[in-house]
Amino acid sequence: MSDSPAPTQMTNLARNSRNENTNPAARGNRPGAFTPAASPDPTEAQALALAQAGDHHAFAQLYSLHKRRIYSLCLRMVGNIAEAEDLTQEAFLQLHRKIATFRGDSAFSTWLHRLAINVVLMQLRKKGLSLISLDEAMEPAPEEGPGRSFGAPDLTLAGAIDRLALERAVADLPAGYRLIFILHDVEGFEHNEIAAMLDCSIGNSKSQLHKARLKLREALRTNAQQEARS
Amino acid sequence: MTDRTGKMSCEEFQAQLPELIGSGGKISELEHIQNCDLCRALLADLETIAEAARQLFPVVEPPDNLWEQIESKIKGDGADDEKKKLESGLRTGMAARLE
Repeated sequence: MSDSPAPTQMTNLARNSRNENTNPAARGNRPGAFTPAASPDPTEAQALALAQAGDHHAFAQLYSLHKRRIYSLCLRMVGNIAEAEDLTQEAFLQLHRKIATFRGDSAFSTWLHRLAINVVLMQLRKKGLSLISLDEAMEPAPEEGPGRSFGAPDLTLAGAIDRLALERAVADLPAGYRLIFILHDVEGFEHNEIAAMLDCSIGNSKSQLHKARLKLREALRTNAQQEARS
Repeated sequence: MTDRTGKMSCEEFQAQLPELIGSGGKISELEHIQNCDLCRALLADLETIAEAARQLFPVVEPPDNLWEQIESKIKGDGADDEKKKLESGLRTGMAARLE
């Protein structure tokens, strides 16, 4: 099956990640993002060139363009405001140190996201919080075969999900799964972009996203069962 | 993997699901999903989760003073670099004098 089907052939699951998605929460606030093949925003391109040459004001402009997305990513990953601020600060400090090395092989926003993700993962590893590291999440896990998702039809989520319960379930995901779920389903990155950011194959990204969704389904069903009992 | 009638089993179907979903295939038209309540329910749940995820965690603005903190650290980095250059220069100069 092709990786780029016509929009009319897509399921809701796949449509979330496509460029034609008009949902502002998923795609709207992403300056210069998701279009590695397209020309970058001229404002960003100019600021980038100047910042690479050491222009402080241009760097401030890049911060202004990307601060929301980087801060939001950090916040979604760690769930703590103070920590998210520290991580955002560290990501932009690293950007300042490394910006001259950006060669334009990918979109700047993808490159910056990758840098921020590395900062977040380093922090998670330092804290020992991730039950499954990104590396482990990228490895095939035979014990988590498709059989795990079998369940009686009467336990379906019935098309309605408690938002808070889902946020809790996402927060409880192992870091590797959480990262891919957030990048794809929340932020709207495509599998090829995630694969480039995380140095994994597109197939791996699809597979890990699927496992993340299965884990969320399991958590939400357990939550629904507990609520039904109480 | 397939059942006695030669049709796809649930296990086989679900093993293909990540690729089917990821590539945007028209899953609802597949024979297995039309005939299997279990897999249809699974797919519906996964679609519900993916749809709900779009409403999660709105993009938020960092605090205004964060840039000031970053700017201050950048200046600190710059000052450190200057200090290192100066120290390195002094060391080189002293070494040259000693020779």
